[in-house]
Amino acid sequence: MKKIIHFRVKPRIKEWIIETLIRSSAVIVIVSLILIFLFVGKETLPIFFSSEIKQEVNLNRLFLPQARQNEKFVWQPISTVPKYSIIPLIIGTLKTTIIALLFALPLAIGAAIFTSEFAPTWLRELIKPAIELLAGVPSVVLGFFGLIVLATWLQNIFSWTFRLNAITAGIALGLAILPVVYTVTEDALSAVPNSYREGSLALGANVWQTAWGVVLPAALPGIFAACVLGFGRAFGETMIVLMASGNAAITSLKFTDSVRTLSATIATELAEVVVGSAHYYTLFFIGTFLFVFTFINNILGQWFVQRLRKRLHGET
Amino acid sequence: MADKIVVKNLFVYYGKFQALKEINLTFTDRKITALIGPSGCGKSTLLRTLNRMNDLIKGVKVEGEVYLDGENIYLNNTNLVELRKKVGMVFQRPNPFPLTVFDNLVYGLRVRGTNNNRLLKEIVEKSLNNVWLWDELKDKLKKPALSLSLEQQQRLCLARLLAVEPEVILMDEPCSALDPIATGKIEELMFELKKEYTVVIVTHNMQQAARVSDFSGFLLLGDLIEFGETGKIFTAPKDERTQDYITGRFG
Repeated sequence: MKKIIHFRVKPRIKEWIIETLIRSSAVIVIVSLILIFLFVGKETLPIFFSSEIKQEVNLNRLFLPQARQNEKFVWQPISTVPKYSIIPLIIGTLKTTIIALLFALPLAIGAAIFTSEFAPTWLRELIKPAIELLAGVPSVVLGFFGLIVLATWLQNIFSWTFRLNAITAGIALGLAILPVVYTVTEDALSAVPNSYREGSLALGANVWQTAWGVVLPAALPGIFAACVLGFGRAFGETMIVLMASGNAAITSLKFTDSVRTLSATIATELAEVVVGSAHYYTLFFIGTFLFVFTFINNILGQWFVQRLRKRLHGET
Repeated sequence: MADKIVVKNLFVYYGKFQALKEINLTFTDRKITALIGPSGCGKSTLLRTLNRMNDLIKGVKVEGEVYLDGENIYLNNTNLVELRKKVGMVFQRPNPFPLTVFDNLVYGLRVRGTNNNRLLKEIVEKSLNNVWLWDELKDKLKKPALSLSLEQQQRLCLARLLAVEPEVILMDEPCSALDPIATGKIEELMFELKKEYTVVIVTHNMQQAARVSDFSGFLLLGDLIEFGETGKIFTAPKDERTQDYITGRFG
């Protein structure tokens, strides 16, 4: 006769509690993200659906040139005739972001290549924590530095008409994204297996050729991800640009003009706006715009990183 | 039979650990020499002194001389690029670069400044033919090298090496990541290679050493216990420890 063994499944309460806790924390993160988006997004709806608000502000006024005598794009939400073009704000944001990236990406990626490929161990142990420490500097301190110190230096060197401008703000902003880009790039380079380096050196390549020809291509997806992250951070960063950009919503392509960014506009104006006014809904529209733009940027970045990885490593 | 590489009084230290003790041996031109011994006996270290890959390891110290065609490669002014051009290496795990098959094959040439596209294509075809991969890969030259099978990857690494026309090929357990059929193919390839190249192979696999090599060296704890023709080492070893190892009593 066959022996039948009954396994009594013990109620493993402890494991169940832990698992539920971990799972719910993940759910909470996602749900709060969705709720934030829904709340901010809900406040923009009148711009699309309320006929009263639409008379004052609508997509046409927000984005398209207006038939006026002097300026086609103007952000003047509290003048007698409020003007709600967010084009100058978008241009301002892009200008500071571009400067920040031009300043931070080469520095951060260069430093990462140096520490992972060329620096002796003691120097690496010095540089890496130093740059990572920069990530801990509050952005208000960086903004302060940009406003007081950096602006004065640059003003003395270049004698610009406007002391606070896109370049000043962009460089201060660059200091904020530098550690992020550096850390992610360094991790990507360090993750490149040593067998690649050995293989290259054994073929008679020198250290430079190895870094350029093998290590960089291998780490390219990670480096690109670092750039995407840096872009997103620079695009949404508020305090530094609020302090160091001059905050003038000017539609100009000159980098030496003062600028105002999308994020700084929300920060300065939301506290004093009349709740339920066209201005109020417009600020929420800007918030949603930032949210969606950053979201799309990250998705596209992810997608491109995947593609790059597939092309290099042949993963399916 | 000419001597290709002569090792004289070689000592290697990793920090305070003595990895090789007074090694003296000769690698013969256009023959396959196998280095056997248990893990940690120093056979890979010995292999890596031959193209100075040990220089990359921190705290390594090498004493003694290694002569390649009568020239000591352990001089201060030895040109490592030239040395590694002559003495190439295939690693334990296939390590194609994360580039296309074509870019892998021409890597060694490009770092030496060869950029003539027609020449590169010719060499690619030739070196793939040498490892019997041309028919399999001629339509996949633009594919990522890492998408190939492990065995194809290892042969690609060998082809990448042959493209720079070395004189000596060092193989560090080249088949340990491969299945028996793939191993058979690589071994067959070795016979082909020794017509033109001096081959040194490190292997854990006693049968492999017996099958492919002309000479064998048995190392134990950093000492070269015995060196001689493979036939003699495997049938009538002089040293008891060699006897014990090849009959599988330890190791």
